[in-house]
Amino acid sequence: MTSSAPADVQVRGALRNRLVISLVGGAAVLAILIFLVVRSYAAQIAQQGQDDVLGASVTSILDAAIIRNGVIQIDIPYASFSMLNTPSDDRVFYAVYQDGTPISGYADLPPPLDTNATKNDFRTVTYNGTPVRLATAARVLIGADVRTEVKVSVAQTRDALSGTLNRISRNVALFGAGFFLLATVLSFWATSTTISRLRRLTDSVTRRGPKDLSPVAKPVPVEMAPLVSSLNSLMSRLDQSLHRSEDFIAEAAHRVRTPLATVRSHAEATLHRVEREENRQALRAMMRAIDESSRAAGQLLDHAMITFRADHLELQNLDLVDLVQDLVTRLTPIADMKHIDLRLTGDTSVPVSGDPILLQNALRNLIDNALKYAPSETEISLNVTTASRPTVEIRDQGAGFPTANMADLVSRFSRGENASDTIGSGLGLTIAQDVAAAHGGALVLSNNPKGGACVTLSL
Amino acid sequence: MRNLVTLILCFLPALSSAQDWEDRQFFGTTSPTQTLRVLSSTDTALFEPIIDHFLQSNRDIAVEYLVASTADIDAAFRATPERFDVVISSAMDLQFKLVNDGYAIEIEDLPAPDWAQWRQSLFAFTAEPAAIILNRNAFRGHPIPRTRQELIQAMRARPDIFENRLGTYDVRQSALGYLFATQDARASETYWRLMEVMGSLGLRLYCCSGDMIDDLTRGDLVVAYNVLGSYAAARTENANVLEIILPSEFPTTMMRTAFVAAQTDKPETAASFTRFLVEMQQANSDHASFPLPPLNPAENVDNQSTIALGPALMTYLDTLKKRTFLQEWENAVLQ
Repeated sequence: MTSSAPADVQVRGALRNRLVISLVGGAAVLAILIFLVVRSYAAQIAQQGQDDVLGASVTSILDAAIIRNGVIQIDIPYASFSMLNTPSDDRVFYAVYQDGTPISGYADLPPPLDTNATKNDFRTVTYNGTPVRLATAARVLIGADVRTEVKVSVAQTRDALSGTLNRISRNVALFGAGFFLLATVLSFWATSTTISRLRRLTDSVTRRGPKDLSPVAKPVPVEMAPLVSSLNSLMSRLDQSLHRSEDFIAEAAHRVRTPLATVRSHAEATLHRVEREENRQALRAMMRAIDESSRAAGQLLDHAMITFRADHLELQNLDLVDLVQDLVTRLTPIADMKHIDLRLTGDTSVPVSGDPILLQNALRNLIDNALKYAPSETEISLNVTTASRPTVEIRDQGAGFPTANMADLVSRFSRGENASDTIGSGLGLTIAQDVAAAHGGALVLSNNPKGGACVTLSL
Repeated sequence: MRNLVTLILCFLPALSSAQDWEDRQFFGTTSPTQTLRVLSSTDTALFEPIIDHFLQSNRDIAVEYLVASTADIDAAFRATPERFDVVISSAMDLQFKLVNDGYAIEIEDLPAPDWAQWRQSLFAFTAEPAAIILNRNAFRGHPIPRTRQELIQAMRARPDIFENRLGTYDVRQSALGYLFATQDARASETYWRLMEVMGSLGLRLYCCSGDMIDDLTRGDLVVAYNVLGSYAAARTENANVLEIILPSEFPTTMMRTAFVAAQTDKPETAASFTRFLVEMQQANSDHASFPLPPLNPAENVDNQSTIALGPALMTYLDTLKKRTFLQEWENAVLQ
C-alpha cells in the first residue's frame, strides 16, 4: 500500500498497520484474558464439585456414628465410598478419629486441624507423595455417661479433577484461539473498509484533469471532513491564484499592445521622413522588435483566452472545411506578399462539434507558423479529412522541425533551434495543443520525408 | 554340587522367613534369566496350564508360583511387598485396597473395559459366581432348592439330614468368604436368615473352597454355601455327585484380579504376565488352556450381581464396620 506512494512524499508507518496491530493486539489480550478467567472459574467449579461429594461422604459416615455401651460404632454406608467413584479411578483415603485419636481407616492421613467447627473443612494436602483433597467434619456424640467427639476425614486424589481441568483448558484454549482468529479476520476487514474510503478520495483527486480545481463534492466520513475541507480550501486558493496570474498576464499583454501599436505607427511615420540610410536601418529594426513584442502580447492574450475557454468549452456544430477556407481567404494577402501558395485539399465537408473561436485561433497559429518558416515561392498544403477523426494536416516546404527536441516544441515559450531569425513567441504550438486537448484530440508534429514540416491536428 | 549348595543357601532365609505356603511350585527353565514370583490364591492345578502357556513364548523366564489364602496374601504382601512381582487374588476388596494404598504400578497399554480394571493397575480376568453346592444323594426324591429361600425351607423340613453337615467359609479367616458374606448381607436380609438357620443346625466352617468340596464329595457335607463354582466344576470326577446351584434370586459374582507390585524389579515381565492373563481370557481360550471362567462383558456391564471394582469395596474393610459385622455373624452362626 505504501509502494504506490510517490517518491517525493515522506512516508513513515501505515495507518492500516497501526489499526491492524492495535485491533489484533487487543483481540490477543482479550483471548488470553478469556482463557485465564474461564479456566480459573472452571477450576473453582470443578473443585466445588469434588468438595461437595467429599463433604457428603464425610457427613454420611458421621451420621452413621453411634455410641453403644460406651463404645463408638460406625456402620459406614456402602454409598459413602461408592459416591467417590470417578472416571479416573481416583484413590480414596479416610480416617475416623475419636477425641483426636485415629480409631479406624488410614491412621497416617494428615490429622484434622484442631478446630471445633462442625462445618466441613476442606484442604489440599500431600499424602504419600500425592496431592489429595481432604474433607473433615466433626460431631459430638453423647452417651449415657460419656461425651466424645468424632471426627471423620475423607481424602481423594485429584486425577479426575485435573483431567476435567485439562479438558476444559483445552476447550477454552480452542475457543480463545477461535475468537482471536475471528477477531483478526474482522480487524483486517474493518481496516481495509476504513482505508478504502481514504483510497477512494485519493483516486477521485488523482483522476482529475490537470485544470480541475473544483472542490471535492462526494460525501466523505466525518473523520475525513477536516482533511477534505482543507484540501478544498487549498484548491480554491490555488484556483484563485491561477486565475489571478492569468488575468494579470492578459491585462499586462493588453496594456502593452496598445502603446506598442502607437509606437509602431510613430516609428513608421518617422521612417518615411528620415533620409539617412543608417537611421532608416535603426527604425526598421525598431519596428521589427515592436512587431515581435506585439505579436507575443497577442499570443499571450490568445493563450489566456484559450485557457479560459477550454474550461468552459462552447461546442457548436460546424464544418471544419469552411473554417479552414475562411482562414485561407483571410491569410492569402499575407501569403501573397511572400509569394507562397496556400492550397486547400481533402474532403468537401468535415462536420465537427467544437468551439469555433478556439479552433480558428489554433489553426491560424499553425498557418501563421507555416507562413513564417516557409521560404518564398513555395506551397503550403492544408489537407482536411475525416478518415477516422476530423483531421487538419498542414505541410510546408521549409526546413522542417529540428528532430532533436520535437516533443518539447509544444511547451510554452519553447522555440526551435533554427527559428532564431524568425519573429515568434513560442506560444503558437502551445495554443494549438491546448485547443486540441480541450476537444479531446491531439497535435502531432512530424517532418516530411521530402523536406518540410508537417503538423497534424486531430479532434 | 557346589552350585546346588549355594542355591539352597540362597533360598534358606527366604524359606525360613516365609509362612507356610499352601503350595509352592517352579515352572520353566532351570537356568532362567528372570524368575517371576507370583503370589496367588488360585489353586496351582487351575493355573498350571496358563503358566505353561505363558512360558512357551517366554522360554528364558521361570515362574515361582506361591499359593496362599486370600487373607495370608494380603498380610504377606504388606509385610514384604518387594518380594513379589505379581499378586493374584479372589479377594477383590483386599486387592483393591492394596492398589489404593499404592502398591501397584500402572500398565498403560493394556486394553481392558472400565468395569474390569481400576486405575489401569488392577485387572480382572475371571468372573466366578458364588455357588451353593449340594450332594445329590441327600436330595434323592426331593426337589433341588434353586434359591436361598428354598434351601431354608428344605433345611427346616428335614433338619436331621442337614444337622452338622452344612459348610461355609469362616469369614474370620477367609477374605473371600468375608467378601461373599458382606456382599450377600448388603444384597438381602435372606442371608442373615440363612445363617441363623444354618447356625442352628450346626455349621462347619472352612478356610477354603477345596476342603469344602472334598467333604461334600465324601458325604461329610450335604450343603456348602458360597463356594467357588469354578473349583467344583474343575473336579470333573465328582460331576455326578455334586450339584452346583447359582442362586437365582441374587447371585454374587466375584472377579479374580491381578496387579503388578510397585516394588518389583522386573516390571516388564510382570506386566507382560498380567497382560497375558487378561488377553487370554479375552481371546476365549479353550477350557484346557484357561480353566477359569472368563469375564463375560454381556453379563458384567449392567449386572448388579457382579461386585464392582471401586472405592466402595473398602467399606467392609473398615475396622469398626468389620468388628460390627463379625459380631453379628458370630451371633448368627455360633449358637
